[in-house]
Amino acid sequence: MSRPRVDTVRAAVASPGQPQPSAELGLTSGEYERIRDLLGRRPTDAELAIYSVMWSEHCSYKSSKVHLRRFAETAPPSPALLAGMGQNAGVVDIGQGYAVTFKIESHNHPSYVEPFQGAATGVGGIVRDILAMGARPVAVLDSLRFGPADAPDTGRVLPGVVAGISFYGNCLGLPNIGGELGFDPCYRGNPLVNALCVGVMRHQDLKLAAARGTGNKVILFGSRTGPDGIGGASVLASATFGGSDGAKRPSVQVGDPFMEKLLVECCLELYAAGLVTGIQDLGAAGVSCATTELAAGGGSGMRVELDAVPLRDPGLGPAEILMSESQERMMAVVEPGHVGQFMQICARWGVLATVIGEVTGTGRLQMTWHGEPVVDIDPGTAADQGPVYHRPVARPAAQDGLVADGPARLARPSAGPQLRATLLSLLASPGLADKSWVTEQYDRHVRGNTVLAMPEDAGVLRIDEQTGLGVALATDGNGRFCLLDPYAGAQLALAEAYRNVATTGAVPLAVTNCLNFGSPEDPGVMWQFSEAVRGLADGCAALGVPVTGGNVSFYNQTDSAAIHPTPVVGVLGVHPDVTRRVPIGLRTEGATVALLGRTGDEFGGSAWAQVAHGHCGGQPPAVDLAAERALAALLTEAAGAGLLDAAHDLSEGGLAIALAECCLAGGRGCQVTVPGDVFTQLFSESAARAVVAVRPGGEAAFAALAAGHGVPVTGLGVVRGDSLVVTGSFDISVDELAAAHRGTLRALFG
Amino acid sequence: MTARVGVITFPGSLDDVDAARAVARAGGEPVPLWHGDRDLRGLAAVVLPGGFSYGDYLRCGAIARFSPVMTELIPAARDGLPVLGICNGFQILCEAHLLPGALTRNAGLRFIDRAVRVRIEDTRTVWTGGYSPDEEITLVLKSGEGAYVADAPALARLAAAGQVVARYAGGNPNGSVGDIAGVRNEAGNVVGLMPHPEHAIDALTGPGTGGLGFFSSVLRAMVDG
Repeated sequence: MSRPRVDTVRAAVASPGQPQPSAELGLTSGEYERIRDLLGRRPTDAELAIYSVMWSEHCSYKSSKVHLRRFAETAPPSPALLAGMGQNAGVVDIGQGYAVTFKIESHNHPSYVEPFQGAATGVGGIVRDILAMGARPVAVLDSLRFGPADAPDTGRVLPGVVAGISFYGNCLGLPNIGGELGFDPCYRGNPLVNALCVGVMRHQDLKLAAARGTGNKVILFGSRTGPDGIGGASVLASATFGGSDGAKRPSVQVGDPFMEKLLVECCLELYAAGLVTGIQDLGAAGVSCATTELAAGGGSGMRVELDAVPLRDPGLGPAEILMSESQERMMAVVEPGHVGQFMQICARWGVLATVIGEVTGTGRLQMTWHGEPVVDIDPGTAADQGPVYHRPVARPAAQDGLVADGPARLARPSAGPQLRATLLSLLASPGLADKSWVTEQYDRHVRGNTVLAMPEDAGVLRIDEQTGLGVALATDGNGRFCLLDPYAGAQLALAEAYRNVATTGAVPLAVTNCLNFGSPEDPGVMWQFSEAVRGLADGCAALGVPVTGGNVSFYNQTDSAAIHPTPVVGVLGVHPDVTRRVPIGLRTEGATVALLGRTGDEFGGSAWAQVAHGHCGGQPPAVDLAAERALAALLTEAAGAGLLDAAHDLSEGGLAIALAECCLAGGRGCQVTVPGDVFTQLFSESAARAVVAVRPGGEAAFAALAAGHGVPVTGLGVVRGDSLVVTGSFDISVDELAAAHRGTLRALFG
Repeated sequence: MTARVGVITFPGSLDDVDAARAVARAGGEPVPLWHGDRDLRGLAAVVLPGGFSYGDYLRCGAIARFSPVMTELIPAARDGLPVLGICNGFQILCEAHLLPGALTRNAGLRFIDRAVRVRIEDTRTVWTGGYSPDEEITLVLKSGEGAYVADAPALARLAAAGQVVARYAGGNPNGSVGDIAGVRNEAGNVVGLMPHPEHAIDALTGPGTGGLGFFSSVLRAMVDG
């Protein structure tokens, strides 16, 4: 059988008028013309493949770039930041010579098309991002949102996504320490599957993606390249699903976590041996992305023999190899003298490694196929100089009506039995119900450093066994708040994650975000996006925590219906001593229960409005970032001083849900008296609040600390007995709370 | 002199760092063993840790059982070397026929990570000598294929010889026959356990310290031995 004819640079010069499938690859006619202008000829098929994936929304951020600049422009100065946006992941100094790198990324569309593999490879991809920074990946978190819990399609997507994360993360040996699980009709047909990975390294181990040193070898290692995921970035991640999404099924990649585990250990051994000059993971856009980014990052050139790439399917041609998103692959730049040792370490781990090219001084990315040039481009034009769009931005016409339709008209419970029933129905609602059906499928214990995990406010990991140094991580997002006011909603997501980290006793340090939105071609969506980015950037500046990196996921819509704007924010904090961590569970009989912060009548976008009335309208809770800062400072100082027995952030469902969760986690009751209107006090979702249990004997010291930080403290009662008692209203035994809380997901998903 | 306890790393082993930490916490010296090693280096005991050896894409433990280190370990275990297999290590020991029975998919077919109550029923093994008879401890179960099965004659032999080392005490989490959480060989030097004792050595990172006894027991047996 003869080899299919391959389009070469020579052929491209000779046949300028040959029609090319640029539209099918997701390029606009303007973008295609720009490629022709840059090259001074038509692109070869291989070059067209490179530009189509590198200029896709997913890789180029062409619609979001002009807005994302805000993060850098308004970033608060942070001496802790060792590497920031634009790298594979941000890197933060946590002291004692340690640095931590973390990032969150979406795998929404693949997870809808093929939930198991889509979610599994989402974990694999973010882990390689962290590995490429020179760090050992040490934990993952997953932020998941689905359509209505009882919708038939949720019954297909959710179990598949959870099983995929479980399969990949568990087999890879990374503890899953937190995240979120939410439901809303807006995610029907557009689940959000955002995976966060955190890694640890010593300062000097930081690696950057840059090909430097003429004559250095380019080595591709890990899995063979197959036809899986071809065009994933351009086709799946960058276009709206329509009626014929079945045809996109082959674009989802297939994961091999065992190979990823070998790759992780192999890379760490290669780093430790000092054999790697530059490193890049292969994620979206595969070899195209790795070669162009390495070459552009190093300001050098690169020569690649594409026919040297080891294949799983020998029928693949250059364009397909360039676009393949086969998983578990990395690319390294290695000095010629180190290649032998590099290969030995790869062989020890059973990892296939192949020299496919070398660094040149030409400034060009040149690729050949059996000796014939098929790519000859300036790598910067693909990696950094993609199109930039100033998409039209317009506040949606429906926004005023949404805001005007506030929760004031909704009937409120007032009598004790009604309040009791309201609490139990909220506690049993899928968004607030016990998540152990999901979290028990994840290994949270592997590596032996997990100090706190779900259902705690944040995951806490020990980093140094001797000193007790550790980190805390939380992710939060609230699409309902963002729908009502994307600027405030993004800040509320940030504030909640920041608060969640602080309630465990950690000092919040840095931020990553995953911005999930509808189509950027819709001016209303772009308004939501620009407002959310502005809110987040301003919020980070006010809280003194920089955005270190993240990911944008557009086109989260099926046909014309977009999801709620859903920025998911991850906050990283540092624990000087993890033995001082504060859990949410009430542990000590007689401890004083107190509410921190101010409670207003704020029900716009609340869990109560949604669960009791199916309502989402009005204004989200007011944002007070100065109060958030003071609250966090109080919580971390009180934890450090050993004054707290328990602490829990107040968010969805307000004080009522927080108290119920504290009782459930600790297996103890409490007796509280709430001042003023009981319903408002129990269910309002005012921000900048937490509930704490102060250790007996620590009351005076805690009160003094709170006064010093200007945080209002309302004494509620004490930890006592085995019921949640709200004086004058109701009491519910912990067993009854548990029955309401634990049955929901099991009943829905088996 | 501290006893040297080997911890084998197969490709895909995951809880090897944890097993080594537990050995050290109990006062022993953990020594890494590589799946390709052909020498047990005079170690006093060996732990096969949890994980997904070779990806476990075939039957769990089915490939690891043929690795070079196992060709050394199998005869040494038959000669009395103390060996503890935890989770995937237990699966490997069953595949190697050092222990009877097999581990199959959990009832419910999902991976489970959960703290479980376990009753130590046989304290005559070198790995459980430090526990009191019928002592209940809390360990971490984390597995997808943890349901212990054996045919009726094998179960009868296990019961008759008292070879069931541990049973689940607070409800059967995975469908294991007879609530069996761990078994030993006839001689008592080889023990397999589905829940992880190495994840219960410190209240900071696990459900208490109930698992440490497996590691301190074998170290004490070495000294007393």
